[in-house]
Amino acid sequence: MCDSCGCNLPAETGASTENRKTIEVLGHLLEANDHRAGHNRQWFERHGVFVVNLMSSPGAGKTALLEATAELLGERFRIGVIEGDLETENDANRLRARGLPVAQICTGTTCHLDAHMVYGAAHELPLDSLDLLFIENVGNLVCPASFDLGQHCNVVLLSTPEGDDKPAKYPVIFRKADLVLLTKRDLAPYMPEFDPAKATDYVRQLGNAAPIQEVSARSGQGLDAWAAWLTRGVAELRKTRALTEA
Amino acid sequence: MHELSICRALIEQVREIARNNDASRVTEISLEVGPLSGVMPELLLEAFPMASAGSMAEGARLIVDMEPVRVWCSRCQLESAATLNRLVCAQCGDWRTELRSGDALMLKSVVLEEARSEPSGQPAEEQGYV
Repeated sequence: MCDSCGCNLPAETGASTENRKTIEVLGHLLEANDHRAGHNRQWFERHGVFVVNLMSSPGAGKTALLEATAELLGERFRIGVIEGDLETENDANRLRARGLPVAQICTGTTCHLDAHMVYGAAHELPLDSLDLLFIENVGNLVCPASFDLGQHCNVVLLSTPEGDDKPAKYPVIFRKADLVLLTKRDLAPYMPEFDPAKATDYVRQLGNAAPIQEVSARSGQGLDAWAAWLTRGVAELRKTRALTEA
Repeated sequence: MHELSICRALIEQVREIARNNDASRVTEISLEVGPLSGVMPELLLEAFPMASAGSMAEGARLIVDMEPVRVWCSRCQLESAATLNRLVCAQCGDWRTELRSGDALMLKSVVLEEARSEPSGQPAEEQGYV
């Protein structure tokens, strides 16, 4: 081995370094999605629509909550829904039956919504005449958490039969919640092992101070507090919009 | 498995960078991923060959560095290590912390090969991802 003939150099494994260059990027991996999400948010704000991304496991009661919400706030606000499902328009049809305009996204095999899908679907809705838009994400506590859609708030539902430790098991999504709804509380007498205080503690352990509300779409429990939260959201958006336009 | 979608977005981004730099091939891609991004590095590595097949990043080495989870406690004025579902101050145990790192999903750098380069002499099976 010497320094003159090159026998101390590692074996050539690819193109020479002259042909190669390293480019430092330091950019977000979902840059294209985030860019679209930012545009979506601006677009929603121009139309004065407060947008809520509803996330939960399948069957936690997102559609039932929206049915109840339509009944509760349908007179006060004009509500639209973007419905995300792998297959079927079943949920969309339930909400259309309540008189809501609904755009369905069937994702096929995709386990989450992204900002581009939401952009396409929102064109099917009369944004100008909406106050409140719900994006009912694909039922899944993992994948939807990574994709910004252009929403103003994330609401994560945790249903009573699922167990109170879901926030510890799915920290990524519960950390991002702006509001956690403990749903199907009418089942509490049958499932005393679900402790709302424990569920709250698990959310706090994620450094998340989000309010936690107990609701039941079936009995109506807690729906007034949910309606008040939504009403505040709509009012805040209008205030911000008025300031921007002034 | 949203890692496939993320890999596809990565390939798009890398293709754009290569195009802007007149490169014909991407030989290495470096990422930094924190566990709170919701993305599993193992699944990214699994999805990468599928997402990159037929693209200029096919056969590229994908390097994923893990970002540690760290939180800041303003009461203790202390930054400490934390775990995924216990983002609390290591000293006082308070949950009112601020995440300092652990949710990264970042493309750090790419190694490009210019259009005039000769094909690599390395056997294809050894150019796998890490």
